[in-house]
Amino acid sequence: MFRFIAARLLQTIPVLFVVATLAFFMVRLMPGGPFDAERSVPPEVERELAAYYGLDKPLARQYLDYLGQLIRGDLGPSFKYANRSVNEMIASTFPVSLQLGGLALGLALLFGITAGVLAALRPNSAMDYVASGISMTGICLPTFVLGPLLILVFALNLRWFNASGWFDASDRVLPALTLGIVYAAYVARLTRGGMLEILSQDFIRTARAKGASEARIIFRHALRGGLLPVISFLGPAAAGIITGSFVIETIFQIPGLGRHFVTSAFNRDFTMVTGIVVFYAVLIVFFNLLVDIVQVWLNPKLKF
Amino acid sequence: MKSLCLLMCLCALGLASGCGKRETRVEVANRQQILLYGNKAEPQDLDPHVVQGVGEHQIISTLLEGLVAEDPKTLDPVPGIAERWEISPDGRVYTFHIRANAKWSNGDPVTAHDFAKSYRRILTPSLGSLYSYMLHPLKNAKAFNEGKITDPTQLGVRAIDDHTLELTLECPTPYLLHSMASHYTWWAVHLPTIEKHGDPYKPGSRWTRPENYVGNGPFILTEWVPNSVIRVRKNTNYWDAANVRLNGVDFLPIESIDSEERSFRAGQLHRTEELPNAKIDAYRKDNPQFLRIDDYLGNYFYRVNVGHPALKDKRVRHALSQAIDRQAIVETVTRGGQRPAFAFTPPDTEGYTSRAQLKFDIEGAKKLLAEAGYPEGKGLPPIEIHYNTSENHRAIAEAIQQMWKRNLGVDATLRNEEWKVYLDTQSATNYMVSRAGWIGDYPDPNTFLETFLSYSGNNRTGWANPEFDRLLQAAGCATNQAERYELLQKAEAILLDELPLIPIYFYTRVYLLHPSVQNWHPTYLDHHPFKHVYLEAAAK
Repeated sequence: MFRFIAARLLQTIPVLFVVATLAFFMVRLMPGGPFDAERSVPPEVERELAAYYGLDKPLARQYLDYLGQLIRGDLGPSFKYANRSVNEMIASTFPVSLQLGGLALGLALLFGITAGVLAALRPNSAMDYVASGISMTGICLPTFVLGPLLILVFALNLRWFNASGWFDASDRVLPALTLGIVYAAYVARLTRGGMLEILSQDFIRTARAKGASEARIIFRHALRGGLLPVISFLGPAAAGIITGSFVIETIFQIPGLGRHFVTSAFNRDFTMVTGIVVFYAVLIVFFNLLVDIVQVWLNPKLKF
Repeated sequence: MKSLCLLMCLCALGLASGCGKRETRVEVANRQQILLYGNKAEPQDLDPHVVQGVGEHQIISTLLEGLVAEDPKTLDPVPGIAERWEISPDGRVYTFHIRANAKWSNGDPVTAHDFAKSYRRILTPSLGSLYSYMLHPLKNAKAFNEGKITDPTQLGVRAIDDHTLELTLECPTPYLLHSMASHYTWWAVHLPTIEKHGDPYKPGSRWTRPENYVGNGPFILTEWVPNSVIRVRKNTNYWDAANVRLNGVDFLPIESIDSEERSFRAGQLHRTEELPNAKIDAYRKDNPQFLRIDDYLGNYFYRVNVGHPALKDKRVRHALSQAIDRQAIVETVTRGGQRPAFAFTPPDTEGYTSRAQLKFDIEGAKKLLAEAGYPEGKGLPPIEIHYNTSENHRAIAEAIQQMWKRNLGVDATLRNEEWKVYLDTQSATNYMVSRAGWIGDYPDPNTFLETFLSYSGNNRTGWANPEFDRLLQAAGCATNQAERYELLQKAEAILLDELPLIPIYFYTRVYLLHPSVQNWHPTYLDHHPFKHVYLEAAAK
């Protein structure tokens, strides 16, 4: 197991190198620069700024300098937000995205697995149709519709929550719900499929024949195998839920990393774009590794 | 399943019980005298010598004060850090007398040296200030800013003693005091603080963090969470603290205008920065007490690439301009009380209204087009309208596309580009007709007309006219206002005759304001000096 993890970690180094290189050059290939503005910038001022941020050096030199910084873990200063570094920005916004993503994922698993198991227990029953129907709706409703809808009902009409912001504990509810419902729907469908397959297998029949209780069969025997599709979905989903929350963060005015990622591309904030891309790459590699480990641990057919 | 439902209901109830039908944030803030202000974008920084935006102005104006300040109703210059000032008869030397009781938020006295050093800082090339040209009326400021002279003692700024500052100008600049009151580039920073956090003549300093910030304005910076909130609270060291009625302001950078409007409805904001166009009519009808529409010192116009073969004949440009029904655009497309624009400078800008005016005249337009060799639009290639991606710009472009087709028989196509790409295209004059906006930096026709100087980076149309340049330069050094305005009138007449731009409408600011906000007046720069504002909960 140790060798497996070490080998996987070694593999990530070239991946990150390629990601950093592509991001570095692609952001510079885009038309428009970080200092372009509606009001023209005098050439001498632009020269000074370029010199300060090292943009006056040849591109190859900039690239090598950047790689050197990257190895030391320094992502550089933000071009747009003059008094902040990219490291600081990630450090202050990522925990917010993590919290939002964690809550949403928790909700997704709680509702998704429950609904999926209930549906699988009585396939093609009314309960199955209700659970599948709701999860299908969840998949079809985009977050930019669901979010404002929830705000309309719970913030503007019932006045239970705030319409935006990230200050009190109650401010977490609506965004986590919005983000979680979509994933809950996927989890429910995957759970239902996985459980249906497992419940029809011989060892379940054997367990039933030996007189095991229904609860024991579900929780002890079936769930372990039935959740495998959910687990493999969870890796990319966890990464996606944490990195892809731009829409939610905009609708609910949440100071998370997703918003920074998108706005930094609009701002041509070179260091910020490249820094966040590299950070996301690390995150995705890490989640996939985690999923691989959990999968081997749950599935007796696989080995490290 | 039943137990799950029950559990969910209980959860919802539990969450709701803590907050069901609770007081809104605005109601709480009214009691505490804290203004909740929607400020659109996260500020770049809070260093007045580094930033460029309008949102930044609102925050910095709570933290710093200039020698002169703004009157809350008219924005006319009133005493600020300086209690009085004298202007020499030739209008070239200004002497400011700084109040003895003016203090920085750390207790240090505010002196003339602070201002002298600050002006030197913003003009130092290595700082890379984007707005340093605001100080170019000062003697030798332009040369120093461009690195042509390096001796700061040659600048027209001199601290005679701790409380007397003398400014010497290149030319009499009648709008100087307005500019000093309204524009943050003219306000002082506390150099000893900046020096503690690195080189004061380089960007990227951390002195603007809440734990470091030292200001001389009515409020001090207490908290700054990026993309979430910036809180300022009353500064007890401010010279006029006794007359500041708010206890603080919370600036909320809400980028999405739909989210902002919802936050206002949920009682989380006293003021929004904008209002979606689609909501204006609904507010007008159902909630007019919240809706504010203020005239704004800005012009929405189309640049015309005068180097393009199809557009180099000014008769074609006039035909395109005359065929646009601006009244219809402001009434049916923008709907926010905008005024149709038939000149570049907004009417009555400090007493100046352009004598030359464009017109809406379809028959005349048809005739001009025929004279130019394109009867009924025949032979003229389709005109491409270039704009930055936005629903509102698209709607206006479509309306104009229709008007040109219907009134002139001229085809038009639309091309939208993402903001920075759009700027790039525009700077390279790689377009036919391109949407633009210009907001005045100070109330004077010069802030509009100077953008069309042949050497201005803001021209971007390829248009150059030596007589126009000469008139503007002459106006810059005119000795009295009447003579100056006369020169500017002539310049604007040339601009509107040559027409490298098609003005469409004069901007308004459309926003929501909670009725509890008092002493808030419509102003043409959307400035509302916060030291005069207060909240009265009873007014609902």
